Amino acid sequence: MADSALPTAPVPHLAESVRDRSGARRRLRYYGEKVAGSLVSLFAVILTSFFLFRIIPGDPVRTMTHGRPVSIEQQEQLRRDFGLDKSLAEQFLDYLTGVLRLDLGTSFQYNRPVTDLIGDRLWPTVLLVGTSVVISATLGLWLGVRGAWNHGSIGDRVNSGVALMLWSVPSFWLGLILIVVFASGAGWFPTSGMESTGVTGWERIPDIAHHMVLPLATLVAVVYAQYLMIMRSSLLDEMGSDYIVTARAKGLRDIVVRRRHAVPNALLPTITLIFVNLGFVVFGAVLVETIFSWPGLGQLFYSGLAVPDLPLVQGLFIIFSAAVILMNLLADLIYPVVDPRVRP
Amino acid sequence: MTTSVIRPRPGRFAGRPGKFAAGVAAAALAATGMAAGAPTAAADAEPTSITIAVAQEVDSLSPFQAVRLITTNMHRWMYDFLTNYDPETGETIPALAEEWETSEDGLTWTYHIREDAMWSDGEQVTAEDVAWTFNTMMTDPAAAEANGNFVENFASVTATDEFTVEIVLNEPQVTMLALDVPILPEHIWSQVDDFGTFNNDQEFPIVGNGPFILTDYQPNVSITLEANPDYWRGAPQFDQLILRYIDDPDAQVEALRSGEVDFVYNLTPAQFNALDGQENIAVNNAQGKRFQAITLNPGARLQDGTPFGDGHPALQDPVVRQALVHTIDREAIYEVAYGGYGEPNGGYIPSRYDTFHWEPSEDEAIGFDIDEANRLLDEAGYAPGGDGIRVGPDGRPLSFRFNVHGDNPQYVQAAEMMAEWAGEAGMELLVEPVSEVGSLLDEGTYDILTTGWNVNPDPNYVLSINLCSGLPTEVGGPYLSDAYYCNEEYDQLYAQQLSELDVDARAEIVHEMQRVLYEDNIFVVWGYADALEAYRSDVIAEMTPQPDPGGNYYGQDGYWSWWSAVPVGEEGDDSAAGGSDSDDGDSNTGLIIGIVAAVLVVLALVFLLLRRRSAAADDRE
Repeated sequence: MADSALPTAPVPHLAESVRDRSGARRRLRYYGEKVAGSLVSLFAVILTSFFLFRIIPGDPVRTMTHGRPVSIEQQEQLRRDFGLDKSLAEQFLDYLTGVLRLDLGTSFQYNRPVTDLIGDRLWPTVLLVGTSVVISATLGLWLGVRGAWNHGSIGDRVNSGVALMLWSVPSFWLGLILIVVFASGAGWFPTSGMESTGVTGWERIPDIAHHMVLPLATLVAVVYAQYLMIMRSSLLDEMGSDYIVTARAKGLRDIVVRRRHAVPNALLPTITLIFVNLGFVVFGAVLVETIFSWPGLGQLFYSGLAVPDLPLVQGLFIIFSAAVILMNLLADLIYPVVDPRVRP
Repeated sequence: MTTSVIRPRPGRFAGRPGKFAAGVAAAALAATGMAAGAPTAAADAEPTSITIAVAQEVDSLSPFQAVRLITTNMHRWMYDFLTNYDPETGETIPALAEEWETSEDGLTWTYHIREDAMWSDGEQVTAEDVAWTFNTMMTDPAAAEANGNFVENFASVTATDEFTVEIVLNEPQVTMLALDVPILPEHIWSQVDDFGTFNNDQEFPIVGNGPFILTDYQPNVSITLEANPDYWRGAPQFDQLILRYIDDPDAQVEALRSGEVDFVYNLTPAQFNALDGQENIAVNNAQGKRFQAITLNPGARLQDGTPFGDGHPALQDPVVRQALVHTIDREAIYEVAYGGYGEPNGGYIPSRYDTFHWEPSEDEAIGFDIDEANRLLDEAGYAPGGDGIRVGPDGRPLSFRFNVHGDNPQYVQAAEMMAEWAGEAGMELLVEPVSEVGSLLDEGTYDILTTGWNVNPDPNYVLSINLCSGLPTEVGGPYLSDAYYCNEEYDQLYAQQLSELDVDARAEIVHEMQRVLYEDNIFVVWGYADALEAYRSDVIAEMTPQPDPGGNYYGQDGYWSWWSAVPVGEEGDDSAAGGSDSDDGDSNTGLIIGIVAAVLVVLALVFLLLRRRSAAADDRE
């Protein structure tokens, strides 16, 4: 009875076909521009990557042979081996032709192709950081919704306060504290690494999970505040909207207003954030991975910087950037689908 | 040296279960087949193992390619060398070579290979393996990458019969009893196509002939070595040696506390003190293998004498250098910056090598004496300027840039102390920590730098870095030393000691070289910091240090510590040696954090620009 059908706007039939055609063109142009922009960015990254890491002071040959007797002849041989005896222009050309053939060169310090190394390290990072994004997004959004809905309450203030405090804590420091308290102190968890030596088959799953608890807790603790704050503020914005007042005036229960009306709209800004963070998944968490000796891409990057292992850090930088660019592109392409207001 | 009893070997299975035993069932799924010839008895007990925390990456498991300390250490456990060093006396003792003789002219060396040495696949080790290893290094540049310096002076290497090798030299060289080159199995390695890309990490167990056999390698996770039951010197008592990757030094210490690892090295004085006296943990502060020093820029120049760089000209005046050295209180440096764990000493070769070590007598010492420094500078006409800093005849104040390894807190602290003392003599030291001193050296754009070198039982290499031939031939080209030192007298003495086969006579010459070096005040040694290590005393009952006593366990010139280690509960009779010093990766943590932050910023900018662009595009729509 009370639910009378809402009137819908009349659709002019004549204009429809015309608008469809121009709309398709507009959509195509929009997507084309996004893809082209991403490709340009990727190319810029490939160019800068080579020069960015050559700023790092340090001689790979000296670092590698540190503490060992090596003659001048051996130093020269290593330099030839690394291709460091060539002019910068030649090195750059080699690098470019390599990248175009999807060959990122051979790592100095592992004497193996960079692509192999990245392949080996990809899944530990995706496992750890991917899981952390899922958990921190879920936790942050849930707490953000509750905080906004009861904004100003004691609970809200405590919630935001704790989240902001954890957000500002250095991750490596928090990681070390967790190790001291829960690993070497209480003995509940391993201090570092991803798995125990000699564990095989299905036994690996609980073993890896056990090793993952502390690094995961560290990552989630320092990240979830982002989601909480964004969700909270965008929900607060929505709560003042007319349609919420309407929904309430219709006599809908509070929980329905929140779930069906306010939250879906407030979610939109966080979708972008989730995509960006997914882009950063491969970059891992350099410091957290290093503190916990988690054998992922972040730790690989860290180990490469100290040498500097140029092919390795260049290659990783390209991979990291490509992931961010790709996720950004996906966000651009998907956003119009979830938010009709920005449809081209 | 007694040998340990060879016990039947248990089968291998899961590593030590953690306290929290999260499903770490000892599933006896043998990971890899044991080397041929090793009895794999039915599992009777957990294998005993020593787990060592490490941080440095494995560059290659091929001895032809491996240039990092961690891999050269491991190769000492996996492959025998011709000779080894006695942990107690430091003298050369037989290893693969049972005995040796040299010709009158010192050019021909004949080594008799022992007949009871076997490869872990059951093949006999012969003179052919030795000849093949050296010949390959002499003919293939890729095989010379790691140890080419040992064969640079070889004319020929021949296996004259199954157990005799003859090496002919171009010039006499005394280091023929210190050839730290792993001997490789020809029957395996002769099938390798390209030594530049072969990393020796595809087939396990790796065929070797040392006390340990490498059976498993998980990059940046762990490396497992098993005791070689057929080792001619006797099998090690521990069944396994595991290197476990833990990147962060503090996390390493925590892993030792929790019992996840049994051995840590490279500790800071603060970590060492924190572990000292803890239950079930033993600490070891070993006589250092390294010296810590500063180098004063004497005017960087090429081999042909062309000067370059911008070193302070006053440091080319021996009087200024001597005055500066008089302001260094070595005792205070080791007491304060090194927490008392080190030995103040001006000699170039550390005191643990007592044959070659030299230190100045009372009369020769340029000790801590600010008054003397002031007197010297006054006499030489360096009068104090308005701000108390002395000014040279050319009008330039004695204000020196002092670049310090920023990742080494001890260096930084010592440098700050030195700046204070120099100030009392009217000299200014501008201490500036840097992430990397190498580029300053390349360009010669420094006044004073911190430095440190590992010294091996044979001092030849560390002496050779200061030869005139170690100077670069072009700016930016390779060079050996970090001091631009070049002294004719020193060079002549070097050549003499290289062909002096009598140890005592050679030591005399080496002492003289150190005196010359000391008097020039270009390479100024502070002393020798202890190597700080700790281990689980509830796992390891005893091990032999190198030198014995007083030496270290990790990073020995030999395999004595791990070979002789006795598991708790199996204490019997044994003796051997060990050693350590390791200067694992120089982690420029601050620099790296900075770069990571920069990369994040760049990525964020890329992202923001993209968002801006898409926003602008949206607006246009």
